[in-house]
Amino acid sequence: MSLTIEVNNNRMFAEQGDTILDVLNRNGMSVPTLCHMKGLIPTGSCRMCVVEVHGRRNLVTACSEPVCDGMQISTHSARVVESRKTIVELLLSNHPDDCLYCERNGNCELQKLSEDLNVRERRISGQKNNYKLDVSSSSIVRDPAKCILCGRCVRVCEEIEAVSAIEFVGRGSKTFIDTSFNHGLNLSSCVNCGQCIMVCPTGALKEKSHLTETKDYLSNPDKVTVIQYAPSISVSLAEEFGIPAGTNIIGKMNAALRRIGFNYVFDTSFSADLTIMEEASELVERVKKGENLPMITSCCPGWVKYAEGFHHDMIPNLSSCKSPQQMMGAIIKSYFAETEGIDPEKIYSVSVMPCTAKKFEQQREEMTHNGISDVDAVLTTRELARLIRLHGIDIQNLEPEIADSPLGTRSSAGKIFGASGGVMEAAIRTAHYMITGKEMVKFQVTAVRGFSGRKEAKVKVGELEVGVAVVSGLKNAEILLDEIRKGRNDIHFVEVMACPGGCINGGGQPIGAQEDAIKARMATLYDIDEKDAIKVSHKNPYIIELYSKFPGKPSGTKATNCFIHITKKGRN
Amino acid sequence: MKSIVQEILENYPNAGRDSLIPILQHVQEKMGFLSEESVVEVGKYLQLPASKIFGVATFYNQFRFTQPGKYHVQVCRGTACHVLGSSTVLIEIEKQLKAKAGQTTKDKLFSLEVVACIGACGLAPVISINGEFHAKVTSESIKSIIDEYRNREE
Repeated sequence: MSLTIEVNNNRMFAEQGDTILDVLNRNGMSVPTLCHMKGLIPTGSCRMCVVEVHGRRNLVTACSEPVCDGMQISTHSARVVESRKTIVELLLSNHPDDCLYCERNGNCELQKLSEDLNVRERRISGQKNNYKLDVSSSSIVRDPAKCILCGRCVRVCEEIEAVSAIEFVGRGSKTFIDTSFNHGLNLSSCVNCGQCIMVCPTGALKEKSHLTETKDYLSNPDKVTVIQYAPSISVSLAEEFGIPAGTNIIGKMNAALRRIGFNYVFDTSFSADLTIMEEASELVERVKKGENLPMITSCCPGWVKYAEGFHHDMIPNLSSCKSPQQMMGAIIKSYFAETEGIDPEKIYSVSVMPCTAKKFEQQREEMTHNGISDVDAVLTTRELARLIRLHGIDIQNLEPEIADSPLGTRSSAGKIFGASGGVMEAAIRTAHYMITGKEMVKFQVTAVRGFSGRKEAKVKVGELEVGVAVVSGLKNAEILLDEIRKGRNDIHFVEVMACPGGCINGGGQPIGAQEDAIKARMATLYDIDEKDAIKVSHKNPYIIELYSKFPGKPSGTKATNCFIHITKKGRN
Repeated sequence: MKSIVQEILENYPNAGRDSLIPILQHVQEKMGFLSEESVVEVGKYLQLPASKIFGVATFYNQFRFTQPGKYHVQVCRGTACHVLGSSTVLIEIEKQLKAKAGQTTKDKLFSLEVVACIGACGLAPVISINGEFHAKVTSESIKSIIDEYRNREE
């Protein structure tokens, strides 16, 4: 049944079950929100979205109030605006006054609200809480002093990621967000996905920056600096420079990285191709032997830590492959160093990732061999943008350049890793070739594409019907794993990404991107795949060359095993 | 061997999250406080994250997370005691014990708790040590009271 409501004297149509906010947004009107998260059950706790409803004594929260027929609403009456302004003034009353030094200066929801509501003086002076910065995590820095208790991080951690590392602790004015028993984040169940950073309206959550050491090594003449970038960086970096979402600026990015001073510029999509070679052959082996199925991908470090902490029983099912970042790191300091005659200890290897968990992964002990770590520093997309700005580079006006050979050459299968479903699709393409000896007639596996948190398909590979499932957001992974434990055996291969939609929506990506922007990034990745000549990892000429230099078929190669595979173990 | 928490949980078959607070109260009654291990165990049983349980438990004043000392000192901060200077009493006790409210001294002898009113307003400001009331305390008299308990140990 359609309902009619009146908003600021304009008639609007609504459906039963809509909230006031739903109707307003559909009609291009907005009221400010803080605690509201699209797709999750509203809490109505921040009260920023209050509106006046005719006949109601109190203001109501638009995010949680269902509409009813004939409702008369005013969204910006003097009373409403005054109420919102007071809320912001109260939030500011105990907020640190260090905007100029804040990570989120210019990109802060609280700052914007205070600007929009014309807060021009400190009317209320509250007692400031004295919280310590939590720098214990290798990925995420928490500053409870800047927290406004909107609870979005708590909810994303619980409802999207099924991790619940953080929670409201204490009561009343002493409430703050913390881990269980006030431990540092490093000792909590946190998987470092960084989705909490993405939803934080202020600077209370940010990545552990590796920018300073990167700058130091860039100006160290004794070091050879090498940089690799993940498949999704070239389609998301643009937004940091005001270029429309989804624009692929890979060429300009290569040029910028060289201007910054990196000696070699490589594309992690190359090692994504390598991952596919290894993972696909591992899959073929397992399907033949019927062992440890379904096989589950291991390229997402957030997912790997989640599996280690929450689903120990599934660890044998994880692929033994390292992630593309770590494979590339290992290859740079072995194969590449050897070929170029560079002492591996002189190499400073930086990676740009859409991800905060990659910072954790880089520091795992399995990722260091004989005192040499595979990767030395991990920058997020945001940090790379900062580095580019710091060097005064006008990225828009750079002439595109290509990445260095050989580790900068990729197939488009490696590129689509950036989107949820991409690893699956790339692996199917190569597994098909490995099993049947023939290429697929049509490379696109559309059933595993798209933004949905859960995708399943049955793929015909020769005589074999392979069941595949793609999940993003660890809550979806948890649901799928429970089904598998309960006896589902029609799935052979599972791709898990911790961040909803995959790396294009990772915890290191530009803050404040809307769903449209993330979809645009995804569309660009598939567009690149569409136009590329080499669509399968096993046709990447440099992958073929790599395997010819390290003889043996994938997965069985002794020389490669030590640095591109690891054994995963459980943790408490 | 079964842990104390496991024994307690046997009293709550098929419990859901609504049993959390009764279970926590039961654990505290038996163990004197909520240890990290017991919270994790309750969490496994109720399928609740430890952080969630910690969040609930810290919301209520009744739960403590450190082992109580041999002597549990309760300082009344009710209205009558406040008017007669219980805030300076509290400061003095914290100084004497070198522990803040909610903490236990390093030697595990004393633990300190602030309570809203212990129903002895006529004796204000009042403190209670293991149920023994000490009436009309002043910041001067605190030291001798604490020393008296310390001397019992020697």
